[in-house]
Amino acid sequence: MKYSILIFTVIILSAVGFYAGRSRSSKTVNGEIRKLHSLPGYYGFYVALWCGLPALIVLGIWLAFQSSVVTSIVVSGLPPEIQSLSDEEMSLVINDIVNLAHGIVVGRPDNVLLAAAEHYNRLLGTGFLALVAVVMSICIAGLGFSMRYINPAMRARIKVEQTVQVLMILCSTVAIFTTIGIMLSVLFESVRFFNQIPITDFLFGVHWSPQIAIREDQVGASGSFGVIPLLTGTLMISAIAMLVAVPIGLMSAIYMSEYAAEGFRTVVKPLLEVLAGIPTVVYGFFAALIVAPFLRDLGSKIGLDVSSESALAAGLVMGIMIIPFVSSLSDDVINAVPQSLRDASLGIGATQSETIVHVVLPAALPGIVGSILLAVSRAIGETMIVVMAAGLTARLTANPLEAVTTFTVQIVTLLIGDQEFDSPKTLAAFALGLVLFIITLCLNIIALYAVRRYREEYE
Amino acid sequence: MQLMDNLIMKRDEIIKPVGNPFLNEERVKISCRNVNVYYEENHAIKNVSVDIAEKEVTAFIGPSGCGKSTFLRCINRMNDTIRTCRIEGEIRLDGENIYDKNVDPVLLRARIGMVFQKPNPFPKSIYQNVAYGPRIHGLARNKAELDEIVITSLEKAGLFKEVKDNLDHPGTSLSGGQQQRLCIARAISVQPELILMDEPCSALDPIATAKIEELMDELRQNYTIIIVTHSMQQAARVSQRTAFFHLGNLIEVGDTNEIFVNPEHKLTQDYITGRYG
Repeated sequence: MKYSILIFTVIILSAVGFYAGRSRSSKTVNGEIRKLHSLPGYYGFYVALWCGLPALIVLGIWLAFQSSVVTSIVVSGLPPEIQSLSDEEMSLVINDIVNLAHGIVVGRPDNVLLAAAEHYNRLLGTGFLALVAVVMSICIAGLGFSMRYINPAMRARIKVEQTVQVLMILCSTVAIFTTIGIMLSVLFESVRFFNQIPITDFLFGVHWSPQIAIREDQVGASGSFGVIPLLTGTLMISAIAMLVAVPIGLMSAIYMSEYAAEGFRTVVKPLLEVLAGIPTVVYGFFAALIVAPFLRDLGSKIGLDVSSESALAAGLVMGIMIIPFVSSLSDDVINAVPQSLRDASLGIGATQSETIVHVVLPAALPGIVGSILLAVSRAIGETMIVVMAAGLTARLTANPLEAVTTFTVQIVTLLIGDQEFDSPKTLAAFALGLVLFIITLCLNIIALYAVRRYREEYE
Repeated sequence: MQLMDNLIMKRDEIIKPVGNPFLNEERVKISCRNVNVYYEENHAIKNVSVDIAEKEVTAFIGPSGCGKSTFLRCINRMNDTIRTCRIEGEIRLDGENIYDKNVDPVLLRARIGMVFQKPNPFPKSIYQNVAYGPRIHGLARNKAELDEIVITSLEKAGLFKEVKDNLDHPGTSLSGGQQQRLCIARAISVQPELILMDEPCSALDPIATAKIEELMDELRQNYTIIIVTHSMQQAARVSQRTAFFHLGNLIEVGDTNEIFVNPEHKLTQDYITGRYG
């Protein structure tokens, strides 16, 4: 709370700096703004940045290191017999001290700890006062410094824009570093997994049963981590989904971009895109509660044995879900085909359908392929529908009427409940994630490549 | 001051053309009578009646937005593809009204080739570009016949010598002038009776333009050609008859020599002498 008041104060000071800088800059030229290098607002931003940015950076660094510094000071003040404890015990002691300092008293704490807690609180208190002093002085120093530098020749706009650019670079690197971080953590955990289970067993094994014995004599305890059944399950469900989504999506895209009246298009296209906005969990229970039982009943009527959780049900519903991906993106690329090509084709007496088949679709093909591949990676990564409708049994089968399971489903089941974080069972989730990541990455690269090739075509 | 009076013409004014819009029946390829075109409320072509002579080049000239391209696109019913466009009146091709209910615009367009302002080859090979029309109309029974059609069309378009070793290269890899000649080859590949050219040289350099103009001179031995152009010199060089449009009105029409040497209407005179436009 007190930190947020501090941050708020800094922001208010920056705002004050903005107005001060703005009015001062126009005063230096007696209101003749054209004599200034930049518009007065830029001088305002210049002052505000000088006032707020260094102070906030210092505040951030301070907060990042405060607790470890304070803790180490408190620890160094503890009696030697406590200091000689092992790391784990020490962390428990520190925990106690911090809890005491926050007023959470459990049992009857001894005096040493109480003293340490008091020490801790005292340090925090002084720390905060010091922080306020430092931040405020930086803030005011920045304000005064930048106000003094305001003169008509100063290139405030360029400086402000440079600073904003740096901020934008920082923001974009956040996303990049997060991605890299996730990739590395998945990679390292996978390596740990492959240290326990050979990578060849994982990639080429045909049996998936990730049970690990807790006791020596447990029945069925030997875990096996063959990924092939999951791969076939994933591919089968994705293939069924694409069989549904590609024809329907493509046809509707062609209809909407080539035939539909403007009014129809403006109504239907957003409606189709609403499909993409339905949470996948809703599709999931739609699949599990309506489609799967329907398929089972239908099967029993015509003498087919359909399992009540089937790849078919999951695939069908997933196909419906990704229709908008195919239709919307394809619609965009079909629309991007220049009208001049259609005119050329119609001009030699081709019918509209001949024009679409022979000119528009070939020209849009790379883009359409791109949209389909994006939809495939979406299908492969989809979880909720398959968790609910496809089952959990890893079965190596080509029959879409049976229950199968996918990468994502298995990752979910591996990580549900209490887990040991060093058993192969848990680590397998990372390895599965890695494989999934590599598959979708490859598909995305191909898709991006196809889309880029398409762009070059008409520029 | 008088010039200004002429220019500030009411937008909805309908003018009766001067010159000789009508020809002897045996010379007529297309006869247009009382053609009106509307884009929603905008009256784009105002009661235009004119005859187009067979195996001649007719030039449509006039300032931008005067409706000459719109009128051109009425002749092969390309305006049908624009939803907001409404056409009244009749256009007869060899005596048959092309806006008759029984006329299929697709079949009509096969009889009328069109060349557009910007070269628009398909993103296919040179060969496929030319073979496209004959293929969809089933003009060739086998590969040899198709080859022949492609080669003859490219020859007629004066492009064959330049591309004969690269027929499998993409059409879009050619230069602008070559692309436009490829589009002409594509247009004549289906043996049309009439070729419509909508500012075919406006995206080309003078040398490529000269080649296209030469080509038009040859093509008029066999085809009726209508060309929309912004260049008065081009109209004077390539056409035998010229029609001048202004704000949707046909102002003056007649033999090119007459119009350029001795224009009757004040507006025509001002336009071709470059006083505005």
